[in-house]
Amino acid sequence: MRRAGCWLAALAAWATGAVAAPDPFPSTYQPIAAPPTLIRNAIVLDGAGRRFDGADVLMRDGKIVGVGPGLAADGATVVDAQGRWVTPGLIDVHSHLGVYASPGVDAHSDGNEATDPVTAGVWAEHGVWPQDPGFETALAGGVTTLQVLPGSANLIGGRGVTLRNLPATDVQGMKFPGAPHGLKMACGENPKRVYGGKGKAPSTRMGNVAGYRQAFADAEDYRRQQEKYQRELTEYEASQSGSRGRKGSDAKPPVPPKRDLRLETLVAAMAGEIQVHVHCYRADEMAIMLDLAREFGFKVAAFHHGVEAYKIADRLATEGVCGALWADWWGFKLEAYDAIWENLAFVDAPANGCAIVHSDSDEGIQRLNQEAAKAMVRGQRAGLDIPPERAIRWVTSNAARSLGIDGRVGTLEPGKMADVVLWDRDPFSVYAHAERVYVDGALIYDRAAPSATPRSDFLLGQPAGGAK
Amino acid sequence: MSRPTRRRMLALVLGVIAIPPAASAQDVLIRNATVHTVTERGTLERSDVLVRGGRIAAVGTNLDAAGAAVVEAKGRPLTPGLFGGITGLGVVEVSLEQSTVDYAPPKADESHGPAVGPRPEFDVTLAFNPQSAVIGVNRADGVTSAMVAPAAQAGAAVVSGQGAVARLDGRADAFAAQSRTLFADLGVGAPASGVGRAAQFMLLDQAVREARPTPQMRDADFRLLTPAGREVLARYLSGGRIVFAVDRASDIRQVLAFAQRHGARPVILGGAQAWQVAGLLAQAKVPVILDPLVNLPGSFDQLGASLENAARLHQAGVRIAFTYLNDGTHNARKVRQAAGVAVANGLPREAGLAAITANPAEIFGLGAEQGRIAVGQVADLVLWSGDPLEVTTVAEQVWIDGRPQSMRSRQTELRDRYRPRAP
Repeated sequence: MRRAGCWLAALAAWATGAVAAPDPFPSTYQPIAAPPTLIRNAIVLDGAGRRFDGADVLMRDGKIVGVGPGLAADGATVVDAQGRWVTPGLIDVHSHLGVYASPGVDAHSDGNEATDPVTAGVWAEHGVWPQDPGFETALAGGVTTLQVLPGSANLIGGRGVTLRNLPATDVQGMKFPGAPHGLKMACGENPKRVYGGKGKAPSTRMGNVAGYRQAFADAEDYRRQQEKYQRELTEYEASQSGSRGRKGSDAKPPVPPKRDLRLETLVAAMAGEIQVHVHCYRADEMAIMLDLAREFGFKVAAFHHGVEAYKIADRLATEGVCGALWADWWGFKLEAYDAIWENLAFVDAPANGCAIVHSDSDEGIQRLNQEAAKAMVRGQRAGLDIPPERAIRWVTSNAARSLGIDGRVGTLEPGKMADVVLWDRDPFSVYAHAERVYVDGALIYDRAAPSATPRSDFLLGQPAGGAK
Repeated sequence: MSRPTRRRMLALVLGVIAIPPAASAQDVLIRNATVHTVTERGTLERSDVLVRGGRIAAVGTNLDAAGAAVVEAKGRPLTPGLFGGITGLGVVEVSLEQSTVDYAPPKADESHGPAVGPRPEFDVTLAFNPQSAVIGVNRADGVTSAMVAPAAQAGAAVVSGQGAVARLDGRADAFAAQSRTLFADLGVGAPASGVGRAAQFMLLDQAVREARPTPQMRDADFRLLTPAGREVLARYLSGGRIVFAVDRASDIRQVLAFAQRHGARPVILGGAQAWQVAGLLAQAKVPVILDPLVNLPGSFDQLGASLENAARLHQAGVRIAFTYLNDGTHNARKVRQAAGVAVANGLPREAGLAAITANPAEIFGLGAEQGRIAVGQVADLVLWSGDPLEVTTVAEQVWIDGRPQSMRSRQTELRDRYRPRAP
């Protein structure tokens, strides 16, 4: 009982922004111990905008030690990378691996709690099946970190989770330690189609916006209750400690408000503890969502899909909002009709522009490098200066920024987690393969040794064979 | 745009040398290209392709323009126009807008005839709109023809209707008669899969009986097909081409047996497990149209899906062509990347290009006309900025029947409206 009381007090403190949220499903991820490794003589794109030719990359104790020519091996395992390329591990900010796992049977439909337009209380991690074979094919594409999000049926679909792409029997074993949760919101056609089709609100874009606003207004009210409780608790504790045994004896402790998981999530988003990711295609709707965010005091980390992001590239850059985009998906619905090849390049162009290649696909996540390549070349042909060392940021450091983990991954700067991909050639090529993928300095994928690479339980013993 | 203006535009883009007016809008000499013929001649360095009256008149070196417009390729690759795969080009504009979707046969209900019935008489080509913006977008990326196919839909059990190969230059009369094809869907992906695959084959066999009735059959025995459907199916059973969308090896075997029993020419579409029966397919000379990007078990029918499917089938002697299954309509252009991925996973480079040019033309009965750079073939051509299968390569110029196609589309218009201002 006392423990519960402490926990509630901690929760209340968290609700007022005093401390970070306690995670009831904490990460148990442990980096795999690995000897130091020196990748020798590669073309290195460091994810921070630099390119090094003929450089070495040294990893030790799971961290990047340095990038540069002629580093001392000092006992490290040496990998000759002559003529090959090195990048940071790739990061996909929009995946449904695990929540829409392969095979795509009914039992694996765990990504949309499409029973209410606001389900901010659901967490994607509780739907993630770690045996999805898509994790290992993504790894073969160089993906070391990914955010798994709820789908876009709902206005507010729930919390996303950032994962390390390593095999584990439970999702806690994959959770990126200390990474903030994401909040998935959705604009436009999907929510109004899903609920309008059921004869419920929202059935229009008007209904969509009213739905977000009411949810956040409720969260403000919830926050006020939490704050009030926190004040009363503080007064009570002061009265207890200041006048022990006398006046305090007949004072009663305040009763904490009933927890509301939906509103807890929204309060945390407003407190900046959760990164807000908004599925939104049209420029005009993104502009409305930016105003909405200002009304309730939260920040949009990234617009996802953003097929029209190029139309408001300057505003996105000014407000520090990333665009998580495809290279070429379009036309499957009207809000995706105005696609252009140059979307990523145009969003990237302004100062502080933040373009991200995302997948939303178990196929696309396997070749984020190729998607970036397609977008890069179109930008170049439109006259923008986008060398590979710039474009690689779209699948590394910019992605890390939108997930709130840019201090830890996304570049090969010293001290960063040693997530490293060794490519057999320029990764901006359809022919490129990830030869080796390191996570926290440990070799997790080796194209030359397929038997040593992760393999889902699901594929074992299937007479028809497994994914390859 | 008038002809001279367009030619000036082309000159700006390509660095064309000054030329006298051409004898015809369909004459052109493409000079000094790396010509991927997709024939036994292979790839010809520093070669010229002469087009006369919309057809390829010569492939060689030092060809005489003889009045034709001259395009200097400067060594860049020239390929046949790409085949965009199995698509809804021209019959769907926006997938989720029902009012723009014309490629699905009628849903089963009482007003549309039999409750669950194959509809071979459904002909999607009647709905084709050559002015669809979706076509323009894909054409500017090198797609010059594609199969326009009916969509599988609940209610049109097993047989979803007919499609044909369209040329994508905006002509009204876009379809070649010999490319007409019937489409059937089986296995997990079939719209009537609620009834299971044994029931699908049962329906298929009943449909065949109705299309080829015995004298003993009475009116009450005709339960599945309409009179029009019987007529159409009978035609396809007599040596017609039927595409079966099917993934599982056991289903592929059943399709081969069915086709042999009834005298149809099958084509496998999807075929995630086709590599497991590659020998059989090669022996029966049955081609496979696959998506080389499929390597996950999206369903239990796709266990064993592999990036090496294309390479293994080719190695076994199966004729393969590519399609992009995820959104083969709006992104039909992605077959080129898919071909590159197949090559990255063991398929010989020329075979990768053939799978999006000559092979689909052969599969759909058009091999004598299109899909290769050879004398007598239609001049559907693409000049590329680099390796035709590479993701950093773009189409510089597209020709259909020797006519230069506009390289602008709805997407380039939007690009130019919103191009970032110079800093």
